[in-house]
Amino acid sequence: MTRVLVIGAGPAGLAAAAAAADAGARVTLLDSGDGLGGQYWRHLPPQRPSRREARLHHGWKHFQHLQARVRDRVEVITEAQVWAIETAGGTTARVLIGPSDAAGRESRRLTADAVVLAPGAHDRTLPFPGWHLPGVYSAGAAQALAKGERIRVGRKVVVAGAGPFLLPVAQSLTGAGATVLGVYEAARLPAIARGWLPRPQRLLRTAHKGRELAGYAFHHLSRRVPYRLGRAVVEARGDGRVEEAVIARLDADWAPIPGTERTVAADAVCVSHGFTPRLELPIAAGCAIGPDRFVQVDADQRTSVPGVYAAGEITGIGGVDAALVEGRIAGHRAAGGDPAALAGDRRLRRATTDLARRIEAAHGIRPGWTSWLRDDTVVCRCEEVPYGRLRDTAAATGQSALRSVKLTTRAGLGICQARMCGRTVEELTGASTGDPCDTSDRRPLAAPIRLGDLAELATAPNGDSA
Amino acid sequence: MSDIVPWGADPIRPAEPRPLRLTVDGETVEGLQGQSIAGVLLAQGRTAWRSTTAGRPRGVFCGIGVCFDCVATVNGESDVRLCLRRAADGDAVETQDDHDSAEGARP
Repeated sequence: MTRVLVIGAGPAGLAAAAAAADAGARVTLLDSGDGLGGQYWRHLPPQRPSRREARLHHGWKHFQHLQARVRDRVEVITEAQVWAIETAGGTTARVLIGPSDAAGRESRRLTADAVVLAPGAHDRTLPFPGWHLPGVYSAGAAQALAKGERIRVGRKVVVAGAGPFLLPVAQSLTGAGATVLGVYEAARLPAIARGWLPRPQRLLRTAHKGRELAGYAFHHLSRRVPYRLGRAVVEARGDGRVEEAVIARLDADWAPIPGTERTVAADAVCVSHGFTPRLELPIAAGCAIGPDRFVQVDADQRTSVPGVYAAGEITGIGGVDAALVEGRIAGHRAAGGDPAALAGDRRLRRATTDLARRIEAAHGIRPGWTSWLRDDTVVCRCEEVPYGRLRDTAAATGQSALRSVKLTTRAGLGICQARMCGRTVEELTGASTGDPCDTSDRRPLAAPIRLGDLAELATAPNGDSA
Repeated sequence: MSDIVPWGADPIRPAEPRPLRLTVDGETVEGLQGQSIAGVLLAQGRTAWRSTTAGRPRGVFCGIGVCFDCVATVNGESDVRLCLRRAADGDAVETQDDHDSAEGARP
């Protein structure tokens, strides 16, 4: 019996696990969190049951159905942090199981004939003056806290950044009783039209997403949440925490237009400009990364490494429909399922890649944003490296390799291992080798791990208990 | 200021939550079972609990374990991401002050 390991239990991983089980494989599904559903279906824990939790979600029934199928037929291991992956002679994942960041977690080595990587993505927030203040959140944080904990990050909240994801974030906030003062989208109308208007028949084919987006638009109209294009939060101000946000109009390149700044009183500011795929595991597995810095896959979701499949946001930011269909294809093929059974899913997948292109065309980051930075704007949050020092050091030493920029400025060397600032540092310093494997996405360990644990794992005779 | 949707007024009709208690720097803080430790603090309106080397306050930023802004010491273990760690009754949380430790480390 084929053994399939699925890493990540968001929409893509759940769909992959279910499809692999349907195709007859013995499946193990891992997630670092203690529940299933990933960030998209982030939900309340079992200790806090709610009768109408479905109201916080899209496709909640589909999630519950997938979850039931998976729980029934798949070995599910939650709180499982994969910290290394090896692909010589089948796949071996090294996993720590237990509460996050706890010392002395159970160590296991899991082997499989094929693996489906579905780790997802996290928000990318461009730095701006004051973004380090408490009360400034990534948009994803505001949503995760609202859906997963019923926390509202503020009572008067500004949502800003770029992309359709800002709309469900605002909806989650108003659904938790916060007042959303406005959603400020950096893209201007011509870019939005360029991205979203051509070939509307294709957009309709991804019917779920179309309905979901229409739902948000209606929600905003009915709640009178202003949705403003061509605007950005260019500064957050406050004494020890956010008290106000400065909003400016942007030109087509996202450079703020002087004289258009407006200050609003707010106790939370939620900002995201897109997503960064979590590439640690695919890079560790040796998968080819494309020039767009997503994992390259073929029509079967196969990566360049035999036996390694990828699905969901690490192959392109395509939303939940793309993640689900990619997961189904990946799981089915990883299990050795008949490719002829996939005709319908392949058609659907082609339609969803169209959505990723639209999002990039309409909301992709434009270079003018750097003009809202000041010399003292923190770029690397961990090491608190300000923009002026980063720029001057990179210029003075004529650096081009990312590694030397990092070592000289310390940007990206802090505890988050450049997960927050890596791509921004590359852009601001021009430090890029052009080699997609030699970027800030590359990390020696796929997940943070205590040095004590690492030493123990390295010296233990078999390395593991399993 | 952050807070939590009062369970009795939440349109998703939650069951009555069960309380738990933890301590933050020795002070007792009430939370709900199932909350993350970050959730317990945010529900109390507390938005910052760490200070950086430069002495700046930090709390939650990414909310999903990526940024490490929200770390604190939990039951003696340092650098625990509070947004990922479920609160357990009796947890002892100590906030981390990188500013102080950097000063103290100087000869």
